[in-house]
Amino acid sequence: MTPGRIGIVAVAAYALSSVPARSATIQVVIDKLVFAPTEVTAKIGDTVEWVNKDALAHTATATNGDWNAVLAPRQTGRVVLKKAGAVDYFCKYHPNMKGRVVVTP
Amino acid sequence: MIARLSAGAFALCLLSVPAFAQGAKPTDPQIAHIAYTAGQLDIEAAKQALAKSKDKEVRSFAQDMVRDHTEVNKQALALVKKLNVKPEDNDTSRALTKQAAAKRAELAKLNGSAFDKAYVANEVAYHKTVNGALESTLIPSANNGELKSLLQTGLKLFQGHEQHAEHVAADLK
Repeated sequence: MTPGRIGIVAVAAYALSSVPARSATIQVVIDKLVFAPTEVTAKIGDTVEWVNKDALAHTATATNGDWNAVLAPRQTGRVVLKKAGAVDYFCKYHPNMKGRVVVTP
Repeated sequence: MIARLSAGAFALCLLSVPAFAQGAKPTDPQIAHIAYTAGQLDIEAAKQALAKSKDKEVRSFAQDMVRDHTEVNKQALALVKKLNVKPEDNDTSRALTKQAAAKRAELAKLNGSAFDKAYVANEVAYHKTVNGALESTLIPSANNGELKSLLQTGLKLFQGHEQHAEHVAADLK
């Protein structure tokens, strides 16, 4: 990566997410026992942030065991993505709640 | 198996038939009472499990039931207050309550893994029955939009609990 390209990426990331790094934060909202959007795409190093609007506790639990975010009522939880691949996840308390994170390198 | 099937069919009848079979749809005050009662009964079942079970997964499931149903019933009470609806007792609520009391008495005689399996199997069956009633009778009959919406969320919640209970049941085998 040339110095010029690093500069562009850094500026772009800063402008888009206000996180002073290359990583982005992708938000998933939980409302009335639904993950929305159901599927998100992210890059390695990005963070997925689940905003739980329900008064109920939920989890975002990867079916492959890679990560597990416990989401207390009306709280937010985060996971930093470390591996590429498509990961299905669900809520341990309400397994009919399902979502998917597609992580690209 | 036949006995089991007819017991299941009987439970469904108890829940959906007595008050409303003759084309009389439940009213909003009755629907509110049934939904609230269904939640309270599951809390009572969970409290029995917490008093009797030593299984970590069963206890954690029971705690989830207490937490979720307490919260949803809190929302239900807030809604009926806002709408100025007075929940009205009815044959379906009474049948549910009677049936749950019989089940609690039956489970009280069991201990250890026999209790755990019977409690979780009943949780699967109970949530299935309530889901059927919500889908076929309570949601379509609800007049008020906010009540209907709360019932729809309740259905998703009960469906989630049913699947959760199925997972726990599979783990107990």
